[in-house]
Amino acid sequence: MSNEDGPVKATQVKLVLLGEAAVGKSSLVMRFCSNDFNENTSPTIGAAFLTQKCRLENRIVKFEIWDTAGQERFHSLAPMYYRNAAAAVVVYDITKASSLEKAKAWVKELQRQANPNIVIALVGNKLDLVSDESGASVAPKSKPAAEEPANEAEESETDAEDDATPPPPATTAAAGDDSSDSLRQVSKEEADEYAKEAKLLFFEASAKTGANVSELFTEIAKNIPDETPTKPAAAQGQAGRRNGARQGADSGVDLGERQQGKKGGCC
Amino acid sequence: MDEEYDVIVLGTGLTECILSGLLSVDGQKVLHMDRNDYYGGDSASLNLTQLYQKFRQTGPSENLNLGRDRDYAVDLIPKFILSSGELTRMLVHTDVTRYLEFKVIAGSYVYRDGKISKVPSTEMEAVRSPLMGLFEKRRAKNFFQYLQNWKEEDPATHQGLDINKCSMKDVYTKFGLEAGTQDFIGHAMALWLDDDYITKPARATVDRIILYTQSMARYGKSPYIYPLYGLGELPQAFARLSAIYGGTYMLDKKIESVNVGEDGKFTGVTSAGETVKAKKVIGDPSYFGAGQDLESGGKVRVIETGKVIRAICLLKHPIPGTDEADSCQIIIPQNQVGRKNDIYIAAVSSAHNVAAQNVWIAIVSTIVETSVPEREILPALQLLGNVLDKFVSITPLYSPTSPGTADNIYITKSYDATSHFETVVEDVFDVWQRVKGEKLVLKKREVEVEA
Repeated sequence: MSNEDGPVKATQVKLVLLGEAAVGKSSLVMRFCSNDFNENTSPTIGAAFLTQKCRLENRIVKFEIWDTAGQERFHSLAPMYYRNAAAAVVVYDITKASSLEKAKAWVKELQRQANPNIVIALVGNKLDLVSDESGASVAPKSKPAAEEPANEAEESETDAEDDATPPPPATTAAAGDDSSDSLRQVSKEEADEYAKEAKLLFFEASAKTGANVSELFTEIAKNIPDETPTKPAAAQGQAGRRNGARQGADSGVDLGERQQGKKGGCC
Repeated sequence: MDEEYDVIVLGTGLTECILSGLLSVDGQKVLHMDRNDYYGGDSASLNLTQLYQKFRQTGPSENLNLGRDRDYAVDLIPKFILSSGELTRMLVHTDVTRYLEFKVIAGSYVYRDGKISKVPSTEMEAVRSPLMGLFEKRRAKNFFQYLQNWKEEDPATHQGLDINKCSMKDVYTKFGLEAGTQDFIGHAMALWLDDDYITKPARATVDRIILYTQSMARYGKSPYIYPLYGLGELPQAFARLSAIYGGTYMLDKKIESVNVGEDGKFTGVTSAGETVKAKKVIGDPSYFGAGQDLESGGKVRVIETGKVIRAICLLKHPIPGTDEADSCQIIIPQNQVGRKNDIYIAAVSSAHNVAAQNVWIAIVSTIVETSVPEREILPALQLLGNVLDKFVSITPLYSPTSPGTADNIYITKSYDATSHFETVVEDVFDVWQRVKGEKLVLKKREVEVEA
């Protein structure tokens, strides 16, 4: 983690999780934040949000990860949940076809409710359940593409598209394995095609084995604009970001005596 | 829905959401339902489309150039948060502050003799205030000094007044304060809505003035803070707290009946043909017959205690005389305009992410005294300048007829005409006491240590 080499700025980013109940939203985050997995996680209780840092070549992205706290179950998520989210991870279960349909509905909801520049990643979880694929996809690790995040930041609108089109290594790795197992109900091609169409990042991952989990968050991090830009879409109605550097800074107040004492560590 | 809950909460207004959150944290199994498909009930904030739909059953009119729908969050109930008040304490203790961002309201004003002035809240400000003449300033200064130095345990600081026994009138008399000064102290600082307080023991008024001055001292410009994106964020934040501690949320559920057993005690609620069982129910008055004709044999659970008129006004300029403030509160003390109850104006703007650029939302409110309430608020409307559009509502206020301990049906109160949330929190404490049979003690949630 922290080898503080010079002035590396940390961009704080709110990331929201979405997806049908029991697809493994919390497990993905547990894997990402504490590199841990529990076979029988009870439905999310007690955590307001977790934080985890993601180190890129030239900057650090600090995710503030919001879990649904079960409020998605009866479609009762509050608008506050989406508010100021810069990234969303929409999860489905590759062994359950209906969960992809649900994921598509969440993507629609995000496009309606959330910040128009939000980076959305579609994630097919439970890759471990479809046997040998998982091994294949973990292999190409090595944080390769941290190259040009600065350039990406400039492009803003088409960000997601650009990066989703040549999806990260995993995609190419395991295409042929689908037939080899019966549990899989959503083919990679189908989900990938939808992701391209809807301009989403796309990964198949396993919270259980850890396959593609850090890749997922790294890719999202790279797609987050470097600075909260002063472009119209982001500026309007997005006044106070949670970052220390709020623009205007006029009369915003901090109620807590302590504050910012959130949980989590960093990678 | 064959699970059984400890508590069903009906309505997602702020009072209900705070209670739901606190009960979930306490380990109760909570089911929280609302008939609407959005959070907040009466304490929701609406976008333009929802606002026009609610009041006019049409869309926003194009030629007003109000800007984007989604930039709006118009409160239905105008209230601000006293920055040293009970709601702030509750927000901090439950750690709900982490979901919200707050801004200070830019100014607090009081109306006197046809114009508005800043409310002085320290002896320094009192000395500079145009509200008082030279000699009155000295007297006011003495009064504020007295309050500042007053200590419960030190009788020397009481200067011969027992504020637990003597009336506020006695206090005013001791310092020789004029009627106009009494108006702003009692109404713009102690925030009483009428003059009943004058003959009552001074203690309550003194406490309220101290709360005001402490709140004022906290962030400077005014004693109030306000959440970005509108008050509707508050119930959502407490609902999330509840959900995080296991509370189950169902919106868009019409409640067909609140069921009681043969012993008259609550058994469950029926929604969409399904019945959910629970030991207790908490809800806002609208779920217990408020405003409806009583079915024969039905029990009267809520009564009307008064009416409030509220006028939501859209402006394209700050309120005149407020130094271009992005937000403010103006209090018109009742005596100044020959009324029994004060008139309030609460104004917010794009600075709080509740309106498009250069649009101000000013809400005028007061307790209805006559049969033509719209005429009652004219003195306030005249202070606003040109009003682009105006939405007026006259809302009855309801209170429960019984504490609910006999039948396990616990009903909250409607949001009153006060300018702040102190009475809302009082209601939370009161309902908690009724539901749990013990006093609510706010414990700080343990915060995990930073890794």
